Amino acid sequence: MSIGQNTLAAPAGSADALSRFEAQYAIHRRNIAISTTLFWTAFAACLVVSGITAKFDVLTLIHGLPRTTEFIVKMIPPIKLETFVDDIAEWYWGIGKWMNSLLNTLLMAYLATVLGTIIGGGLSFLAARNLAPSYAVFWITRRVLEIARTVPDIVWALLFVLAFGIGPMPGVLAITMHTLGAQGKLFAEVNENISPLPSDGVRSAGGNWLQEIRFGVLPQVLPNFMSYTFWRIELNVRSATIVGFVGAGGIGHDLFTSIQLLYFADAGAILLIVISTIMAIDMLSEKYRHRLIGKDTLGR
Amino acid sequence: MLDIERLTKKFGDVVAVNAVSFRVPTGQMLGIIGRSGAGKSTLLRLINRLTDPTTGRILCDDWHGRGIDVSTLRGRELRRWRAHCAMVFQQFNLVPRLNVITNVLMGRLSYHSTLRTLLAMFPQRDRALTIRALQRLDMVSHALQRADALSGGQQQRVAIARALVQEPKILLADEPIASLDLLNATIVMEALRRINKEDVITVICNLHLLQTAKDYCDRIIGMKAGAVVFDGLPSQLTDSIAREIYGSGQEGDEELALAFSATSAPPSQAPVTRTGTGQ
Ligand SMILES: Nc1ncnc2c1ncn2[C@@H]1O[C@H](COP(=O)(O)OP(=O)(O)OP(=O)(O)O)[C@@H](O)[C@H]1O
Ligand SMILES: [Mg+2]
Repeated sequence: MSIGQNTLAAPAGSADALSRFEAQYAIHRRNIAISTTLFWTAFAACLVVSGITAKFDVLTLIHGLPRTTEFIVKMIPPIKLETFVDDIAEWYWGIGKWMNSLLNTLLMAYLATVLGTIIGGGLSFLAARNLAPSYAVFWITRRVLEIARTVPDIVWALLFVLAFGIGPMPGVLAITMHTLGAQGKLFAEVNENISPLPSDGVRSAGGNWLQEIRFGVLPQVLPNFMSYTFWRIELNVRSATIVGFVGAGGIGHDLFTSIQLLYFADAGAILLIVISTIMAIDMLSEKYRHRLIGKDTLGR
Repeated sequence: MLDIERLTKKFGDVVAVNAVSFRVPTGQMLGIIGRSGAGKSTLLRLINRLTDPTTGRILCDDWHGRGIDVSTLRGRELRRWRAHCAMVFQQFNLVPRLNVITNVLMGRLSYHSTLRTLLAMFPQRDRALTIRALQRLDMVSHALQRADALSGGQQQRVAIARALVQEPKILLADEPIASLDLLNATIVMEALRRINKEDVITVICNLHLLQTAKDYCDRIIGMKAGAVVFDGLPSQLTDSIAREIYGSGQEGDEELALAFSATSAPPSQAPVTRTGTGQ
């Protein structure tokens, strides 16, 4: 360390201060070294333990790999160049039905995203340390959000199917639950990072809690909320497909039946539809998100 | 009349404000000076009740002219009180993404039902008040601009307009010019002084520079380590008392120099450096 050389005309006692600093700095560095070593050791240990318990075996992996490609090959029927159009038409014989199912799935995802975001967004203000009216409210809201989030959406779907019967509604409810948990948590973190100055301003003028949130907090967090919500739509299209497996209808239901009945070509056709839909949504939302964030930085 | 009685605020072990008592007659312009950490901001936040006092009382006439103990107010009454003693901050505390008009209308929040304000539906009278306030501060031409597109001085004038539409009887200003250049600082201080005289609004103003306090205030209170150590006319505030307020220790010397940096006659003993930070 060459700090000493940089000090011009060091006043009396600075050599003493420097050596004291050096001693502290050495301790500081040693502590960092210890915690880094501990972290990586724990990391490696966890990796080994989880590999063993999951029976992760390289040999099985090597033997199994060709069979996954086998499965993929079965999903694509023979397509010849001379009969290309007919082959594709043959492969996508159910396109009308599948598009209808896809629409159902998209609507499920959309509705669940809107509901989950509104409820989760509302709760996020209670789940933010700096905004919660009391610690009890904060604690309870956090736990509620955790439960909503950590129960997998397929389990929520099963629960709701048992309660309300087969159909899109239990699917929507299931995804809503997961969405509100996830959005609530993410939004709460955004809320905790805001500047307290504007809300102090609103409060000092006599605003109540709701007014403080509406005018002091919301304008600050809205771009981030929007960005997360576009991402969530994409995730929820995927979830809406999966909850179709357990009776929530939509394209997931079609996919599930075709796999069950071993109609692999159908499964392949449907999967391709789902993948391209998600990619399309991803590209669209990416564009929009960038525009939002771009505007944000340009605003200053 | 605002009557502060043995007001105390503790943050854990730190006594930020220590048994402070003083009375402010209506229409006075009062300056509070003191070194960093003396408790000036905390005192103003206590009066506005953004912070709750540990002990002590704040007595004042309310909006009906009745005497009340501010330190016991809650809920709706508390919010009415906050509107009654408007606050202006060093960092302006505007909402950056909202336009000037909306920011000023924030001063009307406590007068209407929550639902109505959440939809940003303010009555015509409020808009009229807002425009008039902006006119007084020469900011009407910026009314539809976003707050974060304004300069610091302009933002502070918007903040003062917000304070004005609260129709307050007391205005608390926490270092309103500390982040402004000299010209803007003068504009803001003149505005506060004019409001104080024309509207007969009591102004309590934390100030960094001794000279600003002497130039604009009817009375000056000096704080040190949470307690009042000087209370008198600007003319009674001699250099030796100022040195006492800004305290001892290396840090104190620097602050003393800074506080004096705008005075025409610097104290003879302390070497005064006109460093860049002096505004
Ligand atoms: N929210 C808080 N939590 C804990 N301590 C605080 C808090 N606010 C203020 N303090 C402490 O109270 C004391 C007084 O702070 P205050 O901000 O009132 O000083 P000040 O006179 O306004 O200083 P400055 O001129 O730097 O603004 C300081 O020691 C500060 O650290
Ligand atoms: Mg302060």
